[in-house]
Amino acid sequence: MTNLSEKSGYNSMELYKLMGYELRDKLKRKEITLDAIYQSLFERIHATEDLLHSFVHLAEETAINKAREYQSNLKEGKKIGAFHGLPFANKDLISIKNVPTTCCSKILKGFLPPYNATVIDRLYKADAISIGNTNMDEFAMGSSTENSCYGPTYNPWDLSRVPGGSSGGAASSVAAGQTVFALGSDTGGSVRCPASFCGVVGLKPTYGRVSRYGLIAFANSLDQIGCITKCVYDAAFMLEIIAGKDPLDSTSSNIKVDKYTEGLNESIVNKIIGIPEEFFGEGVNKEVKNSVLKAIDTIESLGAKSVEVSIPHLEYTVATYYLICMSEASSNLARFDGLRYGYASESFEGDVYDFIKRTRSEGFGDEVRRRIFLGTYTLSAGYYDMYYIKALKTRALIKKDFNKAFKKCDCIVSPTMPITAFKLGELLDDPIQMYTIDILTCPVNLVGLPAISLPCGFDSNGLPIGFQIIGDFFDEKTILSIAYHLEQELNIYRKMPTLKRGIM
Amino acid sequence: MDGQDFKIIIGLEVHIQLTNLQTKLFCSCSNDYRGADPNTHICPICISLPGSLPVVNKRAIEFATRLGLALNCKINHKFWFYRKNYFYPDLPKGFQISQYNKAGGKAFGDGGEIQIRLNNHKKVIQINRIHLEEDPGRLVHKGSIATSPYTLVDYNRSGVCLIEIVTEPVIKSPEEAREFLKQLKSIIQYIGISNLELEGSVRVDANISIKGHERSEVKNINSFKEVERALRHEIVRQKNLIKRRKELTQETRHWDEKRRVTISMRTKEFEADYRYFPEQDLVPIVIKDEFIERAKATLPELPNERAIRLRREYLLSEFDSENLVIDKNIADFYEQGVNIDPSFGLEEYKQYCNWLMNSIAGWLNDHNLNLEDTKLQPRHLVDLINFIKDGKITTKIAKSFIGDMMKGSSLTEIMKWKGKTRISDEVLLQKYSKEIINNNPKIVEDCRSNARAIEALIGKIMAKTKGQADPEITREILIDLLKKKSII
Repeated sequence: MTNLSEKSGYNSMELYKLMGYELRDKLKRKEITLDAIYQSLFERIHATEDLLHSFVHLAEETAINKAREYQSNLKEGKKIGAFHGLPFANKDLISIKNVPTTCCSKILKGFLPPYNATVIDRLYKADAISIGNTNMDEFAMGSSTENSCYGPTYNPWDLSRVPGGSSGGAASSVAAGQTVFALGSDTGGSVRCPASFCGVVGLKPTYGRVSRYGLIAFANSLDQIGCITKCVYDAAFMLEIIAGKDPLDSTSSNIKVDKYTEGLNESIVNKIIGIPEEFFGEGVNKEVKNSVLKAIDTIESLGAKSVEVSIPHLEYTVATYYLICMSEASSNLARFDGLRYGYASESFEGDVYDFIKRTRSEGFGDEVRRRIFLGTYTLSAGYYDMYYIKALKTRALIKKDFNKAFKKCDCIVSPTMPITAFKLGELLDDPIQMYTIDILTCPVNLVGLPAISLPCGFDSNGLPIGFQIIGDFFDEKTILSIAYHLEQELNIYRKMPTLKRGIM
Repeated sequence: MDGQDFKIIIGLEVHIQLTNLQTKLFCSCSNDYRGADPNTHICPICISLPGSLPVVNKRAIEFATRLGLALNCKINHKFWFYRKNYFYPDLPKGFQISQYNKAGGKAFGDGGEIQIRLNNHKKVIQINRIHLEEDPGRLVHKGSIATSPYTLVDYNRSGVCLIEIVTEPVIKSPEEAREFLKQLKSIIQYIGISNLELEGSVRVDANISIKGHERSEVKNINSFKEVERALRHEIVRQKNLIKRRKELTQETRHWDEKRRVTISMRTKEFEADYRYFPEQDLVPIVIKDEFIERAKATLPELPNERAIRLRREYLLSEFDSENLVIDKNIADFYEQGVNIDPSFGLEEYKQYCNWLMNSIAGWLNDHNLNLEDTKLQPRHLVDLINFIKDGKITTKIAKSFIGDMMKGSSLTEIMKWKGKTRISDEVLLQKYSKEIINNNPKIVEDCRSNARAIEALIGKIMAKTKGQADPEITREILIDLLKKKSII
């Protein structure tokens, strides 16, 4: 469109296809302008959003104004932060001051946070621009983004399929080139599952690596903010900015933040890759399994060695995970009573308890209510020891399994999801089946480890397959570096989805 | 029936606001919310906006450590805060962050004790535990709860730090409870963690039962003074039920301060299930030995230690020293006063204590004031003792000066204008009093049965002296004379 970009050989209409670091480098070299990037992105959003429904709130005007401001600053020779004015999409459960933040729930209708989450402050400080909030399963409870009060998001690789969840809008927006970076949150796989289904990179950092201040809690001992990006470099780049100790989050760690982008090129020769046989069991789809095994061969061909490890308690992780996350959710979501903010029932006639009951019954969706009921039950007197305490014990056993495994290897690899993206509605009436597909992602949250998902191939339907690399505590550096080498070798990361409805 | 043996068992749960903290327990909002406009001392954390997280106030841990040490508790080195889940409009998270000593949880400190003295008997009241928790907000009504057309919520108090002190069920009477609270209040004043004079800084729940019967828990006792009253009422209520052979049920009752009765709130089967579980937005609190040692090193002299020292240094009796130290301000006043005049010795130490604990304390009690609310100077009490010793005034005259001394007047000042305007000359008043008694045998007879009859005699003296007689001295002289005649 503009002369500037034509000069450099890029059609600004196509800027949306570029990686984050490529846009940054071109901005640095003044080959392109921020205006051009934002023009390209919003044109892309307008062309695709009706098909995808990635966003629940778009901040087009403020984003473009901000981009212009940065652009004129640059012209005047002023300094700009590491993010160079590049865009990110926020997940609808991370608080941005005066931007509607609803967790895609009716109960938070109209809620405007009066403060920024720490990650938002850090991104803003690095001169990143938020372009809007993405769709998700209500309160991050789901693996398909079908449980949103705004309706589902559609998978860019096949519009009849789900994008995964709960950060489905984030993953589809990145995959379809609607944004360059996206924030997600991962409680049992909510970053990695949609990244896997949408063929993009999803990074779930170690619990405590990124501040949770301003992240609306689902299950606070498991939740962690993560990045969804087009490539591994971008994920490393984004993590560098958002990671680190935050005095407002007691559970955030003061362990030093590595220079992740600088570590990407480090040799992976003689790195030891742990392969847990339990992660390749019966439930894993054959095409998924083969693709992941092929990727392992590729890593080995780059000089890494593999070793068998075992996570014997894997079969208990889904039960353990759901007991814990539901228990915590039942308490975390108690604050939504309609008395101070958000949805308030208008049909109440009794006392304040009646009002709270009606507000919560009307404001929460089915899946959220199901989890609050079950979580309340498992924490109740008489059941607490049987369920909650037992789940904590199993959690400790799973942690032990991983600790033992990491004595033998530098990272553990597996499929991210046992399957590829399924059809909308396919699992909606079968919550147990829906829960079961989290089996390979949720153990990571139970232990608190970092993990990354990146595409390693496509199945016969042309749907992306996700490859998961799990790291030891605070060793994001290793998994990013291995992921980077694999990504460069496979070289499929630039492939864009078709935005067509699949046959069948 | 009256001969029936009623063994009373009382356990107290005392909630103290740590008013001397600068900020709330989990955020940096000011703790000093009293008198502030509603909802002006709030932030995303203490009104629990989505996404906000608590951060522990380290100073609160230090204050609790001080109390733990002062009460001789075993301080736990590592514990989690717990969530106590229930819905109420004053509780914006839908749970209260507290501590729990079951289900894997631990209190801040276990055990501990406070020694009390009642009717010259000493007794140790064992403490079960102390723990930290956050205060909820406050519901505000127009007029009474029953008639108010609405309920407003003020979250200024939300998140203020409370420390809960739970006794073992070893208290045998309302009087013992009163003495326990007196000692506890004293310790808290000495270690400087709270000003219990502030309204709403204290809340007490009491578990009361009569041996062999179900217990009740009386909640909402909002001052130490009310505790004795509430306990008395509840014990009478329970005894009466037993006498009428009615069954007592385990229940929670509410103390209605205005009507002075306890009202049933709920019975056992409707007890809430609080679903306690660890608060994982906070990391476990770790209290190292060095931290405790540092707290110990900065711990001020405690009242019981001070009493021992006062006995040693001023040769006071055990009874006097223990009474004197209860209010730190009075004890400070004492020590300052007796050290002003180097000629003071054993006799004066004792007198100074007597003046403080009898006339001054009595006056304070009558006026419902604390020593620090008055302008009484330690030096003026020294003068008073010296003036009596030197024969400048009599004890009776000195007593009549107390009211003016409380306003900050020196003895010389008082004597100056008292001498001019009032007949306080004891000899003269003695004379007048004898005359009045002799001349009014009927009124004197009345004094036998009517305590107020003495007022008529005082009135007659006032009339005779045209209002110049000091009424307090006159009263004392009259009482002395009537006592001599065995009238009263």
